[in-house]
Amino acid sequence: MIDCAEALRQLWDYLEKELAQDQRESMDEHLAFCRRCCGEVEFAEELRGVMRTAARPHLPPDAAARLINYVDNLEESGSLEESGS
Amino acid sequence: MAEQTTASFGATAREQLPWLYSLARRLAGNRAEDVVQDCLLRAYNAYDTLRDPQAAPAWFRQILVNCARDLHRRQSRQVDETPLDELSDYTLYRKIADEDPLPYSESVHLDFLHSLNDDHIWDVLDRLDPKYRVPLVLVHMEGISTKDVSRMLGIPQNTILSWLHRGRKLFETELWAYADENELLRLKEGTKS
Repeated sequence: MIDCAEALRQLWDYLEKELAQDQRESMDEHLAFCRRCCGEVEFAEELRGVMRTAARPHLPPDAAARLINYVDNLEESGSLEESGS
Repeated sequence: MAEQTTASFGATAREQLPWLYSLARRLAGNRAEDVVQDCLLRAYNAYDTLRDPQAAPAWFRQILVNCARDLHRRQSRQVDETPLDELSDYTLYRKIADEDPLPYSESVHLDFLHSLNDDHIWDVLDRLDPKYRVPLVLVHMEGISTKDVSRMLGIPQNTILSWLHRGRKLFETELWAYADENELLRLKEGTKS
């Protein structure tokens, strides 16, 4: 039987399904009676959701133009180092 | 590089740019454009080794991660490491419960999270040392397994797990600090949720 400290240590691996079967069963066993750790798990799951669904940063138009230009130069010159650009 | 291959590289690379930049922004913050340029140059020079065009996204991703890792190595500084013992007992869940920042809320933990928008999340990630930020982004935001991240970074899986553990603790402490500094915790004072 694991204690709260061990459950908290394994919490995120539990959510990411990275625990071995026996570790997962020990965690489930602990969560079956520990209300506080259940709260920790639910909160971590929400936090994980916030991280996972955070919008992807967009490529700003000015940066896109510079990067496309960089690719164009690579195509034309073979390598920017060679062309000195 | 043969002319046909060069043209193919250009078309393939241009397709990848939006998400390459997006990932670079998360891995390297305001150095994202430098990292993408480095990635493009390395990809161009190694393009002959890409045999399956369908594998281009994963191939570019690996190169980008290498470029971000190399940038971080060049920038590496002595990190002021808080002993893990001081972090080991910390959980944001308990901090919120203890501090009760939104006394009128009946769901204080969720309301705390909902007070954060995407920009806040990126700002907090930017505050982390890259050693911890990169595994956090790859595992918890990109959904890549620790085994694959270990392979991508060329670092033992146990080390990745250790960095993730510390990185999550730091992310949680920084989330609280950021919310406090930016007065996000006071937004709902006086309002009943």
